[in-house]
Amino acid sequence: MNPVSVIFKRELASYFSTPVAYVFIVIFLVLANAFAFQLGGLYERGQADLRPFFDFHPWLYLFLVPAVAMRLWAEERNTGSIELLLTLPVTQNQAVVGKFLAAWAFVGIALALTFPIWITVNYLGDPDNGVIITSYIGSLLMAGGFLAIGSAVSAATRSQVIAFIVTVVICFGLLLAGHPLVLGFFKMVLPQWLVDGVAALSFITHFSSISKGVIDLRDLIFFGLLIGFFLYATSVVIDLKKAD
Amino acid sequence: MKMIEIKNLTKRYGDLLAVDSVNFTVGAGEVLGFLGPNGAGKSTTMKMIAGFLTPSAGSISVCGFDVEAQPLEAKRCIGYLPEGAPAYGEMTPAGFLRFIADIRGIAPGARDQRIRDVVVRLGLERVFEQPIETLSKGFKRRVGIAQAILHDPKVLVLDEPTDGLDPNQKHEVRTLIQGLAKDKIVVVSTHILEEVHAVCTRAIIIANGRVVADATPDELEARSRYHHAVTVRADDLETLKSMLSGVAGVDEVIIDNEDKVVTAFPRKGQSIFAAITRLIQERKLAVSEVLLERGRLDEVFRTITQTGARS
Repeated sequence: MNPVSVIFKRELASYFSTPVAYVFIVIFLVLANAFAFQLGGLYERGQADLRPFFDFHPWLYLFLVPAVAMRLWAEERNTGSIELLLTLPVTQNQAVVGKFLAAWAFVGIALALTFPIWITVNYLGDPDNGVIITSYIGSLLMAGGFLAIGSAVSAATRSQVIAFIVTVVICFGLLLAGHPLVLGFFKMVLPQWLVDGVAALSFITHFSSISKGVIDLRDLIFFGLLIGFFLYATSVVIDLKKAD
Repeated sequence: MKMIEIKNLTKRYGDLLAVDSVNFTVGAGEVLGFLGPNGAGKSTTMKMIAGFLTPSAGSISVCGFDVEAQPLEAKRCIGYLPEGAPAYGEMTPAGFLRFIADIRGIAPGARDQRIRDVVVRLGLERVFEQPIETLSKGFKRRVGIAQAILHDPKVLVLDEPTDGLDPNQKHEVRTLIQGLAKDKIVVVSTHILEEVHAVCTRAIIIANGRVVADATPDELEARSRYHHAVTVRADDLETLKSMLSGVAGVDEVIIDNEDKVVTAFPRKGQSIFAAITRLIQERKLAVSEVLLERGRLDEVFRTITQTGARS
């Protein structure tokens, strides 16, 4: 069997061997629905779509995804199992990718379990299911981006708490990069091309264009490059911090 | 045949020279004890052999594979127990060993039989389905060793396998290592000297990143001041001391008031045991114990590592 899939299987199983996985999934589902109905006014809008549901995903992920990512490498380093893992006949990249994919699949499972809300809008009205599907894809890609950042941060420390906080801060910065307030501020001090550069880094900009139902290659490339870059960074950081 | 070949191995952490041009080879049938004070570079060296850390300079080859150029081939040939026997605590030994077997590419058909063999050998049957984090230290260590020997490696590298275990567990692990040594080469690091005699055919002492001694345990003992010294236990130590000082070949006699013994050291190369026993019989001295010392490894260890540290 391919080492990546062996590591993937072990990691994914380890999420479910502790209560953490179930706690996470329950909190994710409760918050996702609470945001959509209470803050987003899913019913009151009187429209059969899931915009209010997906609009809150970036903010939901901001705290929940770093909680999944924080243990990826910090725990391995803390218990010393990293030394075991990396002296098995696997390359470091295989380990990085296997662990990342397991975490991604885990968040994907939580996301997939929100399907009742999708059934609900189909029952109540006649939504554009194409848009909903692309929104799910966009949401999953965004979660992958958060996770890859969390993976790199987690590789830099033994402490899961530090990994969590630093990841939240970085992700918060990337989320806000596309906010009109932030861009408005940058517009006053920066030339337009730099403002565009900052806006281009924004998760929300890329996510919202996908969640409008348009799968633009540029958005896919953005998340793909982001994930690739931070997984590569994870590997580099592991190398640098091995001796500690 | 050279199973491990280390040339000019060096590891730097910033300004700190942790391992300083270490050279040695290990051949078939050897059990190499790797000794040294804490922080001497033992673990760093073992981590480099296992392929976890990258050397700053020099080369390591294991089973003929260069650890840096062909890391996967070298890792397949090694079984490694990291210090403290880390494992995935939430897994059971059953799940953990299956994971190791899969990632090491043991064929699914042979896998369960292989795991059963190792589990029986290490006495893990009783805890096979219990999460590893709930196991005692001794069992955790055994799970770590099981993981290391699961693929029947030619080279076994064990970093402080008995550290933190109780005397019974230490004895078990040593017996196990002796059993393993029959068909593999074993490199075992320790700072417990009694272990060296119990399991090793050869000992390397490392201090401040350098090899300061490379010899059999017997040869090391022969370097001791206590080698062939005679220790006598009696009530009247002062009289005994003055009498022993007169024996031919005796260099110095010292009294150990704590243990109530007198030790006579021979001049270099001389044997004094026969003369001392004759003296005791002739004078009918009241002694309760006469011991011919083999040499004290802890004393040799201290001498070597401390002078090694100064030079």
